[in-house]
Amino acid sequence: MAANMKAVKLRIKSVQSTMQITKAMELVASSKLRRAKERADACRPYFQTLHKTLQDIAAGNTDVSSVYAKPQSESKCCYVLIAGDRGLAGGYNTNLFKRLEAEENGEELVVLPIGKKAVEYAHRRQIECLTENFAEIAGVSVADCFEMANLLCKAYREGRFGHIDLCYTRFISMLSQQADVLPALPLTDLVPEETEKAPVRDLILYEPDAAEVFDAIVPEYLAGLIYGGVCESVASELAARRTAMEAATNNAEEMIDRLNLHYNRARQASITQEITEIVGGAEGV
Amino acid sequence: MATFPIRIGTPDGLLFEGEAERVVCRSITGDLAILAGHCNFCTALGMGEAHIVLEDGTKREAACIGGMLSVMHGSCSLLATTWEWKEDIDAERAARAKERASEKLAKGGLSDQEYKLAQAKLQRALVRLSVKE
Repeated sequence: MAANMKAVKLRIKSVQSTMQITKAMELVASSKLRRAKERADACRPYFQTLHKTLQDIAAGNTDVSSVYAKPQSESKCCYVLIAGDRGLAGGYNTNLFKRLEAEENGEELVVLPIGKKAVEYAHRRQIECLTENFAEIAGVSVADCFEMANLLCKAYREGRFGHIDLCYTRFISMLSQQADVLPALPLTDLVPEETEKAPVRDLILYEPDAAEVFDAIVPEYLAGLIYGGVCESVASELAARRTAMEAATNNAEEMIDRLNLHYNRARQASITQEITEIVGGAEGV
Repeated sequence: MATFPIRIGTPDGLLFEGEAERVVCRSITGDLAILAGHCNFCTALGMGEAHIVLEDGTKREAACIGGMLSVMHGSCSLLATTWEWKEDIDAERAARAKERASEKLAKGGLSDQEYKLAQAKLQRALVRLSVKE
């Protein structure tokens, strides 16, 4: 009995120390989340307006002189994959990778991984990486996004791939995040299916001309899109981690309660046994 | 005068949303002004001074660097890389940035990339200073 008591005691201790870690991670995640959420909230209107504007332009565009506006025959797609740096965030990374796998449907692809987990994933699946310079999502700034956008545009112009999609996690609320794929280039990808058949096209005046305007705004647009995706994803990751760690802490508490009960029972049993032994011994004398 | 809805946004947040009478900024080909009733329009922005005139006639100046301007169905969206209102510009910081960049350029021996970076920094600082003055 004494051995059993000791084992239970040890187990309680180990669960307690795990709980301390999960609790600490939860607190860290929630304090970081506040800042990340503010950043995502500040960036969202820009992100949405940018996407909406480009969508409108794409729907009204009749000029295909720019390489960015032309429909592409090349089916190879480059995904900007924005995942986290660390695990222990529930299904955050897995959901994103699953979403990507659902989207790619067996076609050839290139990725630009952002975040350590994305790099690891690309290595594991042996997918070609455009660059691995942005393995740390925590330090990505607007300037980094511009660098990425320029890199993407250069490769796109060289014809290394025909489409660019953004694969990120949308921050819906503190409790719900959704892995999502957003088509970014060429502009024809942006046109929603139903409006494509709309009989009236809104003509747009470009100054000085469409090709030059697209050449100037597309890198800008991509950078904005990536930055927006990064902000959303960071907030999503922290929210996912907070939820996961909260659940882990609760489970640990429950487990400790149960183990305490076992421990007390074992203690009680050993006391009862001792008394029985003493009484039995006294009777024998 | 007639007004039109305008949104001014940067990656750091939505800076302005509302009605304006006129917006003037520098595109890649030169200064332009947008008034109400403009046709659908799209251009890329350069670096330069910009201002908008609000409904009540007040003029707000800003430094605008890079981005795009589009007018769709009468509403204008100005998405800039940097848009700083005159009152928010840190003149000392801009002056220091100007010093640093011009020193770097004067010293020479820069790679193409570094040269471009220093030049862009100098340009940005000059735009900020000229708006502030």
